[in-house]
Amino acid sequence: MTGGSTTGDDGSTAPAPGPAEKRQPWPLWEVFVRSSRGLSHVHAGSLHAPDADMALRNARDLYTRRNEGVSLWVVPSSAIITSDPSAKEQFFESPQGKDYRHATYYTKSEGVKHL
Amino acid sequence: MAAPAATQYGGPDIDAAGQQLFDELIAEDSRIEPRDWMPEAYRKSLTRQISQHAHSEIIGMQPEANWITRAPSLKRKAILMAKVQDEAGHGLYLYSAAETLGTPRDKMTEDLIAGKARYSSIFNYPVLTWADIGAIGWLVDGAAICNQVPLCRASYGPYGRAMVRICKEESFHQRQGFEILLELANGTQAQRDMAQDAINRWYAPSLMMFGPPDDDSPNSKQSMAWNIKRFSNDELRSRFVGMIAEQVKALGLTLPDPDVRFNEDTGKWEHGPLDWEEFKEVLAGRGPCNAQRMERRREAHEDGAWVREAAAAYADKQARRAAPATEAA
Ligand SMILES: [Fe+2]
Ligand SMILES: [Fe+2]
Repeated sequence: MTGGSTTGDDGSTAPAPGPAEKRQPWPLWEVFVRSSRGLSHVHAGSLHAPDADMALRNARDLYTRRNEGVSLWVVPSSAIITSDPSAKEQFFESPQGKDYRHATYYTKSEGVKHL
Repeated sequence: MAAPAATQYGGPDIDAAGQQLFDELIAEDSRIEPRDWMPEAYRKSLTRQISQHAHSEIIGMQPEANWITRAPSLKRKAILMAKVQDEAGHGLYLYSAAETLGTPRDKMTEDLIAGKARYSSIFNYPVLTWADIGAIGWLVDGAAICNQVPLCRASYGPYGRAMVRICKEESFHQRQGFEILLELANGTQAQRDMAQDAINRWYAPSLMMFGPPDDDSPNSKQSMAWNIKRFSNDELRSRFVGMIAEQVKALGLTLPDPDVRFNEDTGKWEHGPLDWEEFKEVLAGRGPCNAQRMERRREAHEDGAWVREAAAAYADKQARRAAPATEAA
């Protein structure tokens, strides 16, 4: 038996390829929302829009329907440079043996107040 | 295609290392992110599940949007519009999540329009009265919430994050539906009858929203092994029955199922038999409203073509004006 749950967990196979795209697809934008003054913009999600103005308007309608933000950034997804996830070890230095970068490393001063 | 060198992306070494990291991440119940290596079957299965979920949100706008003009007060119209707008948002969050797996949104839209993609069978039932809008909010959104809350912890990061956003919005959907029924239940006899009739018709289809019984749900096991799905269809259905069996009492109405009971031995809620033949029929496209929903979706897409084209042309023109020098020669 196949199909039917809202979440698509139904045993059917992936859809077959559809007809070719006639129009250039709208570019993808990443949306960042500042939820209130004093806080950073935080990534909320992404959307498609033909230009920056429309991206902002779409972002407002899509990500701030309930006062979730006081400011929005939209950034073309293609402008984001990502570190390579498979190069984890080489790129991010190992924290091993570097406990001294944390306050908890310094135990001799224990009992001294406001330190 | 020639066999790729071992060091190339997707080569045997990368695949082995990728599979190992993937297995480790799943074993420690961590998350997989878009740029991580993942098994092709995981990618395919998620693409199917998330896009189908997105299509359900989009098609799901239709039965309710049809009632906006007939909603009994300005307040109810505003509420219903807000709900339908939320469902559009849910569809878009989910298309975005699915896109991170490599399938463009336009392609998913084309598949839906071409009738190649599925959506939840629940939206192929007719919405006959205002009480149905109440029953949909309470039962259909209620079942969706039961399904979706565990999906907030799905192993694929973008899916889980979309679900968190969706779940925050869903509880209003369920409550507004329950309130519609509550008001009818406290109204005239005719209104009470209308509310009961809506519950009678939406009860079984909403239970079937959880998908086929466990012994007839071939993908469930793999999906649970990948930490996408956290509970089986029958488990979630049983929980849902328990919740609505209590909630219906607040309405002073009943569920159309004399077999609903809490089994002390198993600690689970039970319900009467469901008509899985009907479920198959609706899925196969022979439900009461399949053709209507697909036709409406196609029309909306075609009617909107000039808007998409105009917006793209305008964006092109603005871009050319902004950079005249680079266009020269
Ligand atoms: Fe939704
Ligand atoms: Fe909803």
